[in-house]
Amino acid sequence: MAATASDTPRLTRAVDGRLLFGVASGLARHLGVDPVVVRLAFMCLSIGGMGIAVYIALYFFVPNEPTKEDTATLDDPTARKGRDVSQLVAYTGLAAGLGTLFLLFGGVFDPLLWFVVFGALGAAILWQQANPAQRDEWMSSTVHRVGGKGLMRAGAGILLIVVGVIGFLAFQQQLQDARAGLTFAFTLIAGVSLVVAPWIIGLIRDRDLERRERIRNAERAELAAHIHDSVLHTLTLIQRRADDPREVQRLARVQERALRTWLYRRPADADTTVSPALERVAAEVEEEHGVPIEVVCVGDCPMDDSLGAVLRAAREAMVNAAKYAETSSISVFGEVEPEEVLVFVRDRGAGFDLESVPEDRMGVRGSILGRMDRHGGSARIRTAPGEGTEVQLRMPRTPES
Amino acid sequence: MGDESTTFSDGDAVPRVVIVDDHRLFRSGVRGELGDAVEVVGEADDVDSAVHVIGEQRPDLVLLDVHLPGGGGVEVLRRVLAQHPQIRFLALSVSDAAEDVIGVVRGGARGYVTKTISGAELARAIVRVADGDAVFSPRLAGFVLDAFSATDAPPVDPELDRLTQREREVLRHIARGYAYKEVAKELFISVKTVETHVSSVLRKLQLSNRHELSRWATARRLV
Repeated sequence: MAATASDTPRLTRAVDGRLLFGVASGLARHLGVDPVVVRLAFMCLSIGGMGIAVYIALYFFVPNEPTKEDTATLDDPTARKGRDVSQLVAYTGLAAGLGTLFLLFGGVFDPLLWFVVFGALGAAILWQQANPAQRDEWMSSTVHRVGGKGLMRAGAGILLIVVGVIGFLAFQQQLQDARAGLTFAFTLIAGVSLVVAPWIIGLIRDRDLERRERIRNAERAELAAHIHDSVLHTLTLIQRRADDPREVQRLARVQERALRTWLYRRPADADTTVSPALERVAAEVEEEHGVPIEVVCVGDCPMDDSLGAVLRAAREAMVNAAKYAETSSISVFGEVEPEEVLVFVRDRGAGFDLESVPEDRMGVRGSILGRMDRHGGSARIRTAPGEGTEVQLRMPRTPES
Repeated sequence: MGDESTTFSDGDAVPRVVIVDDHRLFRSGVRGELGDAVEVVGEADDVDSAVHVIGEQRPDLVLLDVHLPGGGGVEVLRRVLAQHPQIRFLALSVSDAAEDVIGVVRGGARGYVTKTISGAELARAIVRVADGDAVFSPRLAGFVLDAFSATDAPPVDPELDRLTQREREVLRHIARGYAYKEVAKELFISVKTVETHVSSVLRKLQLSNRHELSRWATARRLV
């Protein structure tokens, strides 16, 4: 707790672990003593009425703790949860305590005092509801939190005050006299609320409208920023490079893919699974070599070492196709099955004679066939001059750990 | 399925086509690329105008965009097919989202191609769909394989709900970028058989929708 802090903390009202308004625990934190001691001291002082006055004064003049987030990390979250219960307990305790005090020390047993206490309690609850932090919580919430709890508290406060006031008057034998005044007051209040209610409702509506507008504007701004950074930028580049069709095509495809991903895909969790990794590899090759690659991937599974090897082999196959096949497009199909992962890289380009590839050419033998072999998979290459090429990669899946 | 006497692939007649897309630039681009391969008899840019134009022209085929103002391609399919079940639809979309694509195919479109397709390929696809065949792009084949493998676990009606081994094999080849002719050669079957398999996959896709619906309703005791 705060007693272990090296510096003397500023005097603030505590938000966490408070019983009533956090004056006592705030003071305890400031003085470096146990809150119970402070509370007892307040109790003792209250006998003469002094303590209550001090407490109320401190409540008004000492600011709340700066932010809730700061303290939430210090204290365990359960402390916050229990707050409302402890507050209720505190209220009841305070009421009982005051009552006992009046009974024992006031000497006079007057029901009047009880109604004063009720009224005071109700006022306290309402006051607390109206304190700035609480109000902020009400107003700024995107989710409406005014519901249940807040209404109940306000209702309880009002009820207590009404009971207190009416009881007070009744026991003073003044209820009869006050009747006319009360009727007048109620009528006035009803009239005023009739006049004011639409205005207040209008204000609340305006506020909601404004908030919605603000959210929409934020979204629009984000979209505009994205379009500006990506699409407009690319279009400008395309205008400048209009005489270089290859470059224009490349730019258009890169932008198309980026926008597509942004619009339609889940935020890709990068390379932790096979499907996005395969798409990324294809995108890289496409950008480097300027040949469109269409990727279709069925199923997905987490990456591991041997699947990394499959991706590198697939990349090599794509690069070969892009470089030598003289084709207008490459198809890549990945499929994750329960027992194995398959990747096919196909082009309809020139094709070649597999037998005539020299032994020392690393591209096909080392990077594709050899690599798949080493990691326990297999690769097949189907090709013939003029028939295009298809590289088939097959890797058994290791049982998931 | 199309009668044998009026196939467009013979080249005697060209299919009458309505293009439905909300981008004028794209419509005129497609019109230009298709050239003489088809006869474009109408254009529409939203659901209402599409339903109107199609009802008036009774084309052989509608090139249908997935995203349209007024309810999207699915809405056009729903309203037109109720009255003119003989009209065929080919979905043409820039969208990459499986839901969009599978949605129109389930709605009754006989095929799906992406907007990056070349003019010649698009013309071929139109002729094939107008003739009664189904057309799958590799991407759609991928979506379908995905959709069926996801619902594979407890098959309600194995006869209807699952793809046969052969259909799966055909789809897989299409997803690998093979043309129908190449698939046929690879699997030692005729092109006609490949087309039959593809058509039955489309049928199952629409059925699986209904089955999913009834399964959903049963699970919630709605029926």
